[in-house]
Amino acid sequence: MIEKSNIGKEYREYTFEIEKCKIRELARAIGDKSKIFYDEDAAREDGFEGLAVPPTFSTLFAMAGGLESVIKDLKIDMTKLLHGGQEYEYFKAIKPGDVVKGKTVIKDVIEKSGKAGTMDFLVMETTYINQNEEPVLCDKCTLVVRR
Amino acid sequence: MAQPKVLFDDIEVGYEIPQLVTAPITETQLVMYAGASGDFNPIHTVHAFGEKAGFGGVIGHGMLSMGFAGRFMTNWVGVKAVKKLAVQFRSVTKPKNVITISGKVVKKYTEDSLNLVDCEFLATNQDSDKIIVGTATAELS
Repeated sequence: MIEKSNIGKEYREYTFEIEKCKIRELARAIGDKSKIFYDEDAAREDGFEGLAVPPTFSTLFAMAGGLESVIKDLKIDMTKLLHGGQEYEYFKAIKPGDVVKGKTVIKDVIEKSGKAGTMDFLVMETTYINQNEEPVLCDKCTLVVRR
Repeated sequence: MAQPKVLFDDIEVGYEIPQLVTAPITETQLVMYAGASGDFNPIHTVHAFGEKAGFGGVIGHGMLSMGFAGRFMTNWVGVKAVKKLAVQFRSVTKPKNVITISGKVVKKYTEDSLNLVDCEFLATNQDSDKIIVGTATAELS
């Protein structure tokens, strides 16, 4: 189980650089064929500064830092882990070449019992800022850990 | 393919957002998604691990389903218009699943001189199992 005493815990800041290849890879993996994610000229014609970035690209930030820190720290068994919910709020567009940084904070730990047994819900929040110290997005992630 | 431009004046509460129907999810796609996202939880790519976890095989990344939800919104309003995107994962996806996302506008308002619409959407598989329920906020012209 995950102790409630973890609420408020803050993890070390990490940075992530937005790279063109990763944008293309993600767009291809989610099956989005829009040219703006692959072709810089097409994106610029559409008013973007370089390749456009799909709204769920920010999952890469979490994978590169915050999530792993939390999973290791709380010794979460990967076979018991599910993604319960995910929220993104966007403040400013990100573009290739941007470097974002964020710190993940544990906002809540909730125990829930249901048909599938008792589970721990872990709510994490990370606000990312870019290289100009401008907030770009807030990521609120709920993990479910089956006992 | 130019980015769509949806006018605030053209949209009313109850407007049905154009549906998104995905190609069947493939195991290769899950490997691609693992590499693209950096989510290497073996539950998505290693059959034996998916069995051990009680799913009878690999399951799709939740964020792949949310990626489809992102497509659903950006196909309609364009990338820059999406201000919020939120989902709750209800069921796992599996290879061969075809995901359909439908949704509508539930609120239309102006805030801080921005023209906004709140939307609700639902993603189901070919057996009508609920995969995700979600909400989004878009800023329209």
